[in-house]
Formats: sequence, structure tokens, C-alpha cells
Amino acid sequence: MTKKTPAADPPSEPAPAVRASPAALAPVNARLTGEERIALYRTMVRIRRFEERCLRAYQQGRIGGFLHLYIGQEAVAVGCCSVLGPEDQVITAYRDHGHAIAVGMNVNELMAELYGRATGCSKGKGGSMHFFDPARRFWGGHGIVGGQVPLGAGIAFALKYRGVQGACLTFLGDGAVNQGAVHESYNLAALWELPVVFVIENNGYSMGTSQRRSSAGPGLARRAEGYGLAWDTGNGHDLYEVREKTDRLLRLAREEHRPSLLEITTYRYRGHSVADPDSTYRTKEEIENYRRTKDPLSLIHDTLAAEGVLTEELAKEIDAAARAETERAVRFAEESPYPAPADILKDIYWEEDNPAHKQSRGRISFE
Amino acid sequence: MPLITYREALNQALAEELERDPAVFLLGEEVGQFQGAYKVTEGLLARFGPKRVVDTPISEAGFVGLGVGAAMFGLRPVVELMFWSFYSVAFDQILNNAANVRYMSGGLVNVPLVIRGPANGGTNVGATHSHTPENVLASHPGVKVVCPATAYDAKGLLKSAIRDNDPVMFLENTVLYNDRGEVPADDYTIPLGLAEVKRAGTDLTLVAHGRAVVNSLKAAQLLEAEHDLSVEVVDLRSIRPLDEQTVLASVRKTHRALLVEENKPFCGVGAQLAYLIQQQAFDDLDAPVQRVSALDAPAIYSPPLEKEQLPNPQRIMKAALAML
Repeated sequence: MTKKTPAADPPSEPAPAVRASPAALAPVNARLTGEERIALYRTMVRIRRFEERCLRAYQQGRIGGFLHLYIGQEAVAVGCCSVLGPEDQVITAYRDHGHAIAVGMNVNELMAELYGRATGCSKGKGGSMHFFDPARRFWGGHGIVGGQVPLGAGIAFALKYRGVQGACLTFLGDGAVNQGAVHESYNLAALWELPVVFVIENNGYSMGTSQRRSSAGPGLARRAEGYGLAWDTGNGHDLYEVREKTDRLLRLAREEHRPSLLEITTYRYRGHSVADPDSTYRTKEEIENYRRTKDPLSLIHDTLAAEGVLTEELAKEIDAAARAETERAVRFAEESPYPAPADILKDIYWEEDNPAHKQSRGRISFE
Repeated sequence: MPLITYREALNQALAEELERDPAVFLLGEEVGQFQGAYKVTEGLLARFGPKRVVDTPISEAGFVGLGVGAAMFGLRPVVELMFWSFYSVAFDQILNNAANVRYMSGGLVNVPLVIRGPANGGTNVGATHSHTPENVLASHPGVKVVCPATAYDAKGLLKSAIRDNDPVMFLENTVLYNDRGEVPADDYTIPLGLAEVKRAGTDLTLVAHGRAVVNSLKAAQLLEAEHDLSVEVVDLRSIRPLDEQTVLASVRKTHRALLVEENKPFCGVGAQLAYLIQQQAFDDLDAPVQRVSALDAPAIYSPPLEKEQLPNPQRIMKAALAML
């Protein structure tokens, strides 16, 4: 045993700078217009600013419960969701703010949800971990580690059953990979050739336990081989690489019904939930090092600047707009009403909420 | 009307709903090629093909969760658990996902899913295979829970369950699978949440569900033959929604309620009914509400003792006579 404490376990080899990303030349990236590149950057900035504002509201006691921030991981959700086809679907776990914004959810409704207001995306009934927007093909927002993974396989099953050419992008964290339901889903997906891409966002720590202390074997993605799933790994600090790898696997799922596992290495700057201490399992230096050298926002900023797409003026404008949007979201949330007490008993049963179609009798809610 | 078994009635319901709605499909262990562990799905693979009748590996959390996901996306999966006892390994999928998704999404998502299979003791298979979780399931808002006792009810309730837009937990009984009853060959449904008076009487009400109904009817016959008592038997059929009015109307008529179930006593379905009756019909009661449940231990293997552990006509009669 060494005396080194706390154990610092950087999740991966240092990432190459995005500037040098060979993925920039991949067709899925090469064809991006300047405007499209800016839009990706803008979404990442909007996620970052939104979550920084969430953190402030949380620290002020304005929002309750847990707050699992995505700060540091933005390139993953934005990269993955930017290559979705028109019939592709998304489902994720509880660190879901980034995905929700990446699929286009309205930040007013997200902030209102965090504030527990009736105008929230789930009417204040779900909270931070349970954002949903089926109209944008976003199926949650799920609180139990790994519990959403069979659902993702089920959505993929339904796509195939209906003959729809789409795939389900099913996100999970490195903390979920040892859950039984996840392995059962890998097996079913491979067995039935379901159009699903399981994306492991490996931020190095399942809560406060490093990958080395929680997951046996030569790697999380390689476990796919045991099930005959296609697999790949990717650098989550490199937006272009995330896009390229996700696009390739989504096409494999959509066009050939070949399910796959994509492990994307990333890093979160904040605690598992922001109330959790950071100092027990990683060093300040480790976090600082990531911020300084591998911040996905800075890296894409520099890349786009080098490409001549992003000027400093535009970057400032984007940042100011994101901050303003976030402040508007806070005002919207603060001015919104809480759900009425009577709302507690609504949205439990479809049938009760649609009385014109009610078939059953008897009492369904009890006192 | 044709006289068919409870098993055949379920099979008819599945076949008719598969025929009626292309979104309906069956999923479970041994439901296809093996023809069903209890033959409930016999012949359906040949008739509807492997897309609609899907054999799964032994992987309840995986395939129940897959069913929930498919239902969220608008299909109507009918998932078979070989035994309801195996729900424990899929508990998270049933109670965090199927039951909660509608609420947590503020009503944006619904889960038109049926999970069905046998949930009963009495077959000498020991504690792991003899769970009767209707009370556990029904204590979770978001799911509906149905326990048919007869072939006629099994078909009509299963068809309603499959057409329902909420998750329905459908609890059958292996001991009843061979029971015969008159069942129309054509389409009919029975609404969930509608109890039925299976036997009219004036001296005492037995309230039961599932196989406890059959034992209650036997007890009622013996009480009439041997003690000249007129016993009413109310079959709940559905636990959630619960037909409180039929229960209360019967108790107001007979003034005595004996609650019979195969569940364990602690927080069983009878506990909910006893609360209901004391709250709504207190002044109508001529005796305290009593109940006959499974004896409060894990299901015992030893065959003669398991008979004694479960409610049987003799135990029901004894409890009834003590109230009169």
C-alpha cells in the first residue's frame, strides 16, 4: 500500500488538443458550415452557463434535492446529440441537464423544474434527475443508476418492431457499468440486433469511487466483446471526435441493426452531486489540470478561432446571450407558481387524466 | 357457452388482442417455442410468428425494462413472468420505471404495459416461488393490479388490461389454470375495478380475490349445508382500482365482514379493506372485521402443512362461525 492520499485516478491518458483532431476531416465534421459549428459551440456555452447559474441557485437554497452538474462533459451530449437522425431517440441517467439542452429543450422549463414550479418540464414533479421531452425524442432523465438502460433497449426494440429507421442513443455513466440491468440490456440488444448505441460517459468516478476501484477488467468498452456488440472509445474533450464516432455507430445501428457500445472519456469538475465533497477521492490539482488543459469549451473555442469561424467578439456575444438566457430562465422560474396541492394526485394514471376515455371503475387513489 | 379452462381463457384473450392490435406483442421466458411454461401461450408462436411472440433469456430486469421502454414508445407489450415471484429481480423496472415514469414526466409519457403470470402458493415449491405480491404492487401509485378467480374473468380482465393505457399487473394462479368455466368465444371485456358478488347471502360477507374466492365459495356452501348460514362472497377481481362500493354494499347488507386472502396478514389487501369498512360502514357492523390470511411465515414446502398455511375452506369456516 502506498501512502499517497487521496488516490488520484485520472480517468484516461491526456487528451490530444482538439486543434489537432483528425476527426475534423471526417465527412460528418468537414461538411459543417461555419454557422453550424458556431451553433454547436453556442449549445455548449448555454449548458455551461445554465449549470453555473443552477449551482448558484442551489447554494442560495432556491432549488432542492440533488444537483448533478454536467460541467466539463458538455462536448459529449452536444457532440452525440448533434448527429441524431430524424427518427433517433435519446435516453439518459440523472446527470441530464446537458442532454436536455442539447436536444433542444426550453431552458425556462428546465429551470422552472429545478425550482419545483408548475411551469417546469415535468410540472415540478420530476426535478433535476427527471427531465423528459418525448416531442424532442428525449425519454428522460432517470434516477436509478443503470435503470434507464433496459428502457433504451426497449425503445430500440420498438423502433425495429415498427420498421422505423432510427436508433436509440442510450447514455450511462461509468458508475452504471457494473449493474446487472446494464449487462442484461447488452445481451438483449446483441441477441435481438436492436438499433441501440450505449454511450458510456466515463468521467472517471462513480460518485467518489474511481474506475480502478470499481470496475475489473481491461476496460469498460471492451466488455462489449463478451456480448458480440461493436465497440469503440472516444475522447470526450474533442467535440469533433465525439461526433464522428457517434455518427458512425448510429449509422451502424440504424442501417444494419448492429448495436454498439461507445465509451467516451470525459471529466466532471463538480462533485457527483454538488453537495458531495470532492476532496476525499481526487486532488484539486487534478481538477485544475483538466480545467486548464482539457476544458471542452476552451478547446472548441480555440479550434473554431483557429478555423477562422469564431471571433472574440462573437464569442463574447454568445456568452452574453447565454448568460441573459439563463437569467431570464431564473426570472421565469421565480415568477412561476408552484403546483397546486390538487396537482399531487394528477399525472399518475393516463386514464384518470383522460376521463373521456376512462374504462375502469372503482377507487384508484386512496386516502 | 363453451366450457373452457382458465388457461384457455387467457390464451384466447392473448390471441384475440394480438389479432386486434398490431402493437400488442408477447415477451417472456419460454412463451414461444416451449409453448409457455404453463402453456398459457400455447400455439401463439405458430399463429403470430416470432416478431409478436418473443422468447427471452432468463433476464427479468432486462426484458421487463425493455417492455417498459417499448411501452413508453407506444407498443403494448404483454410480458410474462414465469412466476410472479421473479418480480423481485425486476422490481426497479416495475416500480421505479413503469409506475413512476408518467408522474416524473408530468404526464408526458404513459406506459401501456401488462405484466402477467401466476402468483400463488399451494404447489409445494417453497418460499422463493410462492410469493403473492398484489399488496406490494398495489401500494405503488401508478400501477393497476388485477387478480382474476375464474375463466370468464380471466379473459375479460386480460383483454381490458391489454387495452389499458397504464401499466397493469395481472396476477394469475397455477392452481386455477385447469378450472373450467363458461366463456364466450367472442370479444368481451370486464372493466378493471369492478368487483362481483359471486354468491349472494345475508348473514356474512366474505371478501376475497384470486384463488381465495374459490375457497370462500366452498366455505360458503359448507356453511349453508352444515350450519344453515347464508354467506355472500364478493370477488374483488381488481385490487387497484378497488371497487369499494360493492364491498360496502355487501357489508351494509350482512353486517359482518370476513376478509380472505392468500397474502400474509401484515399490510395485506385485507388491511386496506378493514380500514375502508371501519371508516365507511362502522355503524353497520354487528361484529369486528376479521380476516383469514396465509399464516405469517415464508411459504412452507411440506405439502400438508402448506395446505394449512394458506386459507382453506376449513379455516374460513372456523373464522366465520366465530363471528356469528
